[in-house]
Amino acid sequence: MTVAKPNSYRSGPDERGHFGIFGGRFVAETLMPLILDLEKAYTAAKADPAFQAEMNGYLKNYVGRPSPLYFAERLTEHLGGAKIYLKREELNHTGSHKVNNVLGQIMLARRMGKKRIIAETGAGQHGVATATLCARFGLECVVYMGAVDVERQQPNVIRMEMLGAKVMPVQSGTRTLKDAMNEALRDWVTNVHNTFYCIGTVAGPHPYPTLVRDFQSIIGNETKAQMQEVEGRLPDSLVACIGGGSNAMGLFHPFLDDPTVEIFGVEAAGHGLTQLHAASIAGGRPGVLHGNRTYLLMDADGQIQDAHSISAGLDYPGIGPEHSWLHEVGRVNYLSATDDEALAAFQLLSKLEGIIPALEPAHAIAKVMELAPKRAKDHLMVVNLSGRGDKDVPQVGDILRGKK
Amino acid sequence: MTTRIDTRFAELKKQGRSAFVTYVMAGDPDLTTSLNIVKALPKAGADVIELGIPFTDPMADGPSIQAAGLRALKAGMTLKKTLGLVRDFRKDDNVTPLVLMGYYNPIYIYGVDKFLADAKSAGVDGLIIVDLPPEEDDELCIPALKAGLNFIRLATPTTDDKRLPAVLANTSGFVYYVSIAGITGAAAADANVVGEAVARIKRHTKLPICVGFGIRTPEAARAIAEKADGSVVGTALVDALKNSLDAEGRATAKTVNAVAELTAALAQGVKGAQQAAE
Repeated sequence: MTVAKPNSYRSGPDERGHFGIFGGRFVAETLMPLILDLEKAYTAAKADPAFQAEMNGYLKNYVGRPSPLYFAERLTEHLGGAKIYLKREELNHTGSHKVNNVLGQIMLARRMGKKRIIAETGAGQHGVATATLCARFGLECVVYMGAVDVERQQPNVIRMEMLGAKVMPVQSGTRTLKDAMNEALRDWVTNVHNTFYCIGTVAGPHPYPTLVRDFQSIIGNETKAQMQEVEGRLPDSLVACIGGGSNAMGLFHPFLDDPTVEIFGVEAAGHGLTQLHAASIAGGRPGVLHGNRTYLLMDADGQIQDAHSISAGLDYPGIGPEHSWLHEVGRVNYLSATDDEALAAFQLLSKLEGIIPALEPAHAIAKVMELAPKRAKDHLMVVNLSGRGDKDVPQVGDILRGKK
Repeated sequence: MTTRIDTRFAELKKQGRSAFVTYVMAGDPDLTTSLNIVKALPKAGADVIELGIPFTDPMADGPSIQAAGLRALKAGMTLKKTLGLVRDFRKDDNVTPLVLMGYYNPIYIYGVDKFLADAKSAGVDGLIIVDLPPEEDDELCIPALKAGLNFIRLATPTTDDKRLPAVLANTSGFVYYVSIAGITGAAAADANVVGEAVARIKRHTKLPICVGFGIRTPEAARAIAEKADGSVVGTALVDALKNSLDAEGRATAKTVNAVAELTAALAQGVKGAQQAAE
């Protein structure tokens, strides 16, 4: 089946939140009025220059934007092909791209008069960003985190607690990101009157995939301007890792209508695509979960399957609906990297560039190691270095020592 | 189109009595026991049966019903087997209304048209699908109505007067009023507050209104029955079932009776309300 190519890849979603067949608002009635309110509040905020001005102030002076676009000279030399640039989102305050979106949502929550913020987190990066901004603006913060992730991402748990957030370990289901999101939705249904759900990725019911994308698009917009400044042209390719896919969408979206730019999303292939993994596009099909229709890992009966990735931030059996659509229309190429490939990339980048990446973008680096050598030396490749690896140091240390 | 639901509520109205609606999870703790439980419910006083479709990620359910779904899935339950359970139940009972309640994904994956045809022929009367608000009516609600099944919508404390017409527009059978903003098995709502909400919804619809979430005891069921056309009990029955299982989570000789006895006690509460109301 061929899917008709749209005139623009940047016009979605429609008024009901659909990207092709993907997206939508599959939530309980209790939440529906609030989701409609959020959509209204977001539309009003977007049209309000004061909202943008206030946000720009915090992005510059609190988050530390713009993040640098750094030429990775030694990695480029080592791979012997494309000229590789790293978009340094790991240098943001809180250590990842997550803060871009959280800032936007917290400012929306304040406009809506909500005093209590809840969030789900996998690796803890979104949780830390949410805890940080709640501390900054004096808001109550509750973060749901799978019990398995609480164990493997201890540094972030401690950070969230120091920032005054309450971390709720989730014992249901597979005790990872999917279950954290279920539990956050249950909290939201229960406390709908005073609570704002700060979703960490480009997923969930409309308008979340759109507003998170918009808040993250600063990554791609900056990249475009920075590349113009240093190279005088557009990049030739973009690479980013994908769990739900917010860092990828933020980098990709401003380039979707630039046909010369090749775009690669990298899912987590875990132990390999024939074993336990978290690659929803490579190994899943369209289904409905967490408020949207999208590619999901599931069995023949429509039961959601356990995902696996070494990286807690990618350990999710779904993907944002706009990615599902970009896959179906063929605008973005979705690849996958295994745990072992990500570990190798983690070590390579640390040793060659003195930058310890988070395990999530290490998946993107792993595919750069394959793609870059096949490209000409004047090919400009941008990788979103979406987070730093401090949180992963204990886990990776254990794995590497165990392997010796 | 008249379903068993319409017929049953018309009968109850004649009798001047509120309906007692029971919820159990299909396949909990295993298919055979589950079928025996469902068969026992009408005899114990259930007027309407809601049968849960197991799902791995029930976002609107509390721990008890989450666990019930996982027990059923672990025992091999599927949507196909759930429809088979309904078909077996219908061999002996062609009058008790039966409503499937769950989440959209298993139905979507089964295939909407095939599901509706199979559900209708198995003897299902209506559907309650938690994650399909009126904004997504094209998915299942409209096709279900065309197939001759009731689509029962949830109205909640956050559904205000402005939104109610949209929520009620394609609803049939009855309206399920979720008495609290929360998940199943949470704290009970105050009967007087529920009464006001039911009166508010009645200004918008002639459909019967059943109230659920937070009703656990015969006394609570009675208090709600005085205010509404029906009361729904789920978590308390699921808990009674769970408490009858052995250490490995398997059914025991007590399991079917444990659910039936609580059903009978709750049904007595509801019937008491009718006397009090008269």
